Amino acid sequence: MLVSGRSVLLTAALTLAAGSAAAQSQFEKYQKMVAEGSPVELFELVGEGLWKKPQGPKNASLEQCDLGLGAGVLQGAYARLPRYFRDVDRVMDLETRMLHCMMTLQGRSLEEATKRLFGNADKPSEMEYLSAYVAGQSRGHAMAPGQSHPREQAAYELGRKLYFYRTGLWDFSCASCHGEEGKRIRMSELPVLYKPEAARPLIATWPAYRVSNSTFKTMQWRINNCFRQMRTPEPVFGSEVVNAMNMFLTVTAQGEPYRGPGTKR
Amino acid sequence: MADPMKIRATLKGDLADVRVLMGHPMETGQRKDGAGKPIPLHFIQEVTVKLNGKTVIEGQISQAISRNPVFSFRVKGAKSGDKVEISWLDNKGDTNRTEAAIA
Amino acid sequence: SIADSKDIVIDAPQIAENGAVVPIEISSNLPNTRSIAVLVEKNPFPLVAKFDFHEGAVPFVKINAKMGESSNVRVLAEAGGKYFTAFKEVKVTIGGCGG
Repeated sequence: MLVSGRSVLLTAALTLAAGSAAAQSQFEKYQKMVAEGSPVELFELVGEGLWKKPQGPKNASLEQCDLGLGAGVLQGAYARLPRYFRDVDRVMDLETRMLHCMMTLQGRSLEEATKRLFGNADKPSEMEYLSAYVAGQSRGHAMAPGQSHPREQAAYELGRKLYFYRTGLWDFSCASCHGEEGKRIRMSELPVLYKPEAARPLIATWPAYRVSNSTFKTMQWRINNCFRQMRTPEPVFGSEVVNAMNMFLTVTAQGEPYRGPGTKR
Repeated sequence: MADPMKIRATLKGDLADVRVLMGHPMETGQRKDGAGKPIPLHFIQEVTVKLNGKTVIEGQISQAISRNPVFSFRVKGAKSGDKVEISWLDNKGDTNRTEAAIA
Repeated sequence: SIADSKDIVIDAPQIAENGAVVPIEISSNLPNTRSIAVLVEKNPFPLVAKFDFHEGAVPFVKINAKMGESSNVRVLAEAGGKYFTAFKEVKVTIGGCGG
């Protein structure tokens, strides 16, 4: 009786496991086929035009923006972010740095430049297009965020602390969802992002086009949205908190060749 | 830039793989806006693929094709440098086209 | 009548993580394939697209289709004056926290 009961349970468990493995490989097939037939390069194309477009009171383009490798150097720049910038004495990720260039090179006000940071399917935002373009210029480059400057190290530490920091209405931390192997929300896996093997393939494919609503999403959005989902106050764009989280995730993913803007469900 | 479009055409033996990306809302007419009003039907109806000026593929497309369509085609007897031109026409009468040389 | 054909190859994931974009790749190995039509049987308007192939074209296409729910993806190919068909079931699920 006991033996047959156990063998039924074992068969059921094995079937479930085999079914899960089969399902997982079909999800991987879906993700692969979607990535191969993705419109993401159109965002890079439009972003290139915006990068080169003279704007603002100074009627200047962003082409002289220094993303860490020198004014106007785009090849590999995204892969080296976030990093410390001496001219502002702080750590910045791509979007935070581009906002800085919009204000300093183009003379645009903070209010105007941040008026519509996150767009929608019908009208993506300027920041989203620009992120796609600049990130695309780092395809194939190994991800190597700044780690030598004390402020870079402090940003990493702050990000790591935040990952496990429970707060907000539901007393959630990032680790509440992204802290244990084998969890998922509906049909999407929840990667344990403080582990390099999980962080690497993911950070190497952000920013990304999201097929479920045809929008292009950036890291500032992703981190902001996680805090929103956790029912905490939404962090300010370009803030120390978001940059610290981005630093923590990117350092965890370091070494991985950046694959270019990704395509996700 | 309204309706961006991009072709990537690569030679594999004497077959050319042609991938075209098209920016277009492909509205089904079934979605509603924030105020509850239906968003009108707006979709690419025809796609034409030409190799060196000659039409090789004609597509009739419905609103069931995903937003920002991506199509892959294959043409044969192609050589490096041959011109691929792809154009579309939507239900509002708008058109777009782009071309690329086979790499 | 329309014959089932194994010469129509449909490559699509068995499970799509989102129905807004379902990648489907179709090849016809039938001689003289003139056209390929793709249908999603359970969509409100089943015909997704139809392609006519002239001289110089290979009867092959990859598309991204919207699927409202799990359904058969059906292909109709016209070759040598006759029609042939094949289908593949694709399940549609929803992933992630936002939808």
